[in-house]
Amino acid sequence: MSATAHRSGALVWARRNLFRSPVDGVLSILFGALSLWLVYKTLSFVFVTGRWDVIRVNLRLMMIGRFPDAHVLRLAITVVVLAAWGGFLAGFIRARQIRSGHASDERVPLVARLGDVAARLWLPAVVVLLLLLLSSTAGPWIIVGIAIVAAIIGRLVGPFAGRPKLGPVGSGVVVAGLGAVPVALYFYVVTAVGFDDWGGFMLNLFLAVCSIVLCFPLGILLALGRRSTLPLVRVVCTTYIELVRGAPLFVLLLLANVALGFFVPNSLAPSTSTRAIIVFTLFTAAYMAEIVRGGLQSVPRGQIEAAKAVGLSPVRQMGYIVLPQALRNVIPAQNGQLISLFKDTTLAGIAMGLFELLNVAGAITAQPDFRGQGLIGETITFAALLFWTVAFTMSRESQRLEKRLGVGVR
Amino acid sequence: MDRRRPALLAAVPLTAVLSTRVPLWRDVRVLKWVLQLVVVGLVVALVIWLYGNYVENTAEQNIPTDFGFLDNPANFQITGNELGANQPVRDALYQGLLNTLRISVAGIVAATILGTLVGIARLSSNWIVSKLATVYVEAVRNIPLALFVIAGLLVVVLGVFPTIQEAWNLAGLAIISNRGVAVPWFVGAGFGLLAIGAVAAVTAWLAARWRSSVSDRTGVPPRSGLWASGAFLVVFVIGWVAFGYEWTLPELDGRQTVGGIRIDPSFFALFFALVIYTASHIAEIVRGSIQAVPRGQGEAADAVALSGFQRMWYVILPQAFRIGIPPIGNQHLNLIKNSSLGAAIGYYDLTLVAQTTVGNGSPAVPVFALTMVLYICISLVTSLIVNYANRRSALVER
Repeated sequence: MSATAHRSGALVWARRNLFRSPVDGVLSILFGALSLWLVYKTLSFVFVTGRWDVIRVNLRLMMIGRFPDAHVLRLAITVVVLAAWGGFLAGFIRARQIRSGHASDERVPLVARLGDVAARLWLPAVVVLLLLLLSSTAGPWIIVGIAIVAAIIGRLVGPFAGRPKLGPVGSGVVVAGLGAVPVALYFYVVTAVGFDDWGGFMLNLFLAVCSIVLCFPLGILLALGRRSTLPLVRVVCTTYIELVRGAPLFVLLLLANVALGFFVPNSLAPSTSTRAIIVFTLFTAAYMAEIVRGGLQSVPRGQIEAAKAVGLSPVRQMGYIVLPQALRNVIPAQNGQLISLFKDTTLAGIAMGLFELLNVAGAITAQPDFRGQGLIGETITFAALLFWTVAFTMSRESQRLEKRLGVGVR
Repeated sequence: MDRRRPALLAAVPLTAVLSTRVPLWRDVRVLKWVLQLVVVGLVVALVIWLYGNYVENTAEQNIPTDFGFLDNPANFQITGNELGANQPVRDALYQGLLNTLRISVAGIVAATILGTLVGIARLSSNWIVSKLATVYVEAVRNIPLALFVIAGLLVVVLGVFPTIQEAWNLAGLAIISNRGVAVPWFVGAGFGLLAIGAVAAVTAWLAARWRSSVSDRTGVPPRSGLWASGAFLVVFVIGWVAFGYEWTLPELDGRQTVGGIRIDPSFFALFFALVIYTASHIAEIVRGSIQAVPRGQGEAADAVALSGFQRMWYVILPQAFRIGIPPIGNQHLNLIKNSSLGAAIGYYDLTLVAQTTVGNGSPAVPVFALTMVLYICISLVTSLIVNYANRRSALVER
């Protein structure tokens, strides 16, 4: 009885979703065959025809480039501290939200919370696990293990720092400390190994993070400038934005690579990686400015008028009333831009010869052991998997943030 | 409190209280001008500093800063283009510009069609079709374009395609090998054929106008699409025969193909990479635009018994594109700018020509400045066209 019901259910489902009309049926069969073929091809590539030794051997090169052995410990410590920092930040923000009434302080059962974390992070977790399985030493396992523990400890400690007992001075110290940690870590690593010797996926991530952090303030300033009532400021900002948006990033990178040195005194000529960060920042700031401008235009006039009516100064009107709403309204566009910035870090490899992941993927197929075997498909697929995981996770987290902040709802 | 008030008043000079003039440093008008002058002064100072460094550094290394290099010989050749060995840099850049325009136009047309189809497919009631489209969009959108471009050349063309001896021959219409793809082409294709095409297109447009005006007057179905394509074909075929054009099929001749036209591997790879990547972005825009069309429109189309195709073509898509034109135009601009990635795989577009020219000894800053000006011009023209289309399609409101 239940079997027939189930079967008829499946039939009904197939009839409704696959065979509504003759045309529909043909499409289903055609594309069904296509997807089966694609699945078959993918599976056979991953498990049968793919020769993944080239990845296994060069995993370290792909992840951190030619980072010297002697200083890898610093990277490990950085990863652990960053994990603790992330956990602490999450706990801190949560406590602040509870305090300001933005989140309920209801105790969520541990299982539900773990389920939530798993739903959010299973994809990067699976990829990290894959990387660990590919690695031939125990080091990465230990680092990841310690990092997870550190993140959990940070998450447990974080809420205490967000409690009202600390007062404004205490909170200020905590916030300043939180901001100082990444900077300190950067100097901790860079004093041992100069920035130009970084490489692999680490370099992609670092270029992206640096440029993201730097392009935000510049983009907001440019947007405010373009919307300003001061004609000269407006002209300067508009010219900059439109010129940068009209030129391809690739050409800007090429230009910076061969010609940036002409525009500064020889003693100040920046290194290649720094040039890449400068170009990414200046380029993305122009796009960010247009996005923020859209956000500023979406804030109702009444908000500004109300802010004026309660006697806020122009800076406070902007900082407390207009910008928070404007930035919230354009979260999707902002994140799209940041994801594309992350993807564009590959251009630095092509245009400037930086040893980032795509360049590594090409270079390792020319090693004596692997030369002439046509392994570029395997290495590029692996690189694509890493880029895809980070970009896809970013876009999913962005959607989650939109939902939480009620973009388009409030 | 009361006792302190006189003292406070006394501290302020009477003239200041009575005067209506605001002191200079608190006058908003003055402040605004001061702020502007400071900003402009900073920008000007920065530009002067950069320019001064530039002049100094170039003088030190004896690098010219003018555009005299345009007349120097380019010293390189572009396969498939009419660029001889001794032609000046000017001509090389012109060929590069043409190549950029070629890949851009072809890419924009193909990416728009594919993106629209995938966007519609994502909303299909057919489970397999919609899931496949979703997987395509989510997979492609989150992978850098550079990976597609390089994989297109190194993995697909050089890895999967056979050598020229074992080339795949698709019914004599295309010969595919790792030397490129040869397809049928016109003999003596050039501006003459383009002119015939243009005349045919104008005729088609006039025919469509005429049919819709007939339909407005008499109420018969316009069938303007049918009439327009008929008119186009008739004019084109007449021009073709009258001016004696012919076409040739590609044929394998030893280690090369003769006849037809050979599409370069780099063009092939760049074209497909750009189309696949941009289409995934356009598909998302099309999907969003279709979802933004009020539900009632589709229901009304169903109510007057339009077929699925008619419903999409006459009711949903025109309204969806009204919403989608600005962002789709942005994607077209992105495609044009992304075509500069052809330089990574040896497609001689504007960027690679500029790069090669600099490598051959032309001064870097003027060459790249010129390149960027050309790209900005292409972008401006494209956005003018997009804005025009947007204005034409925008809802006319009271």
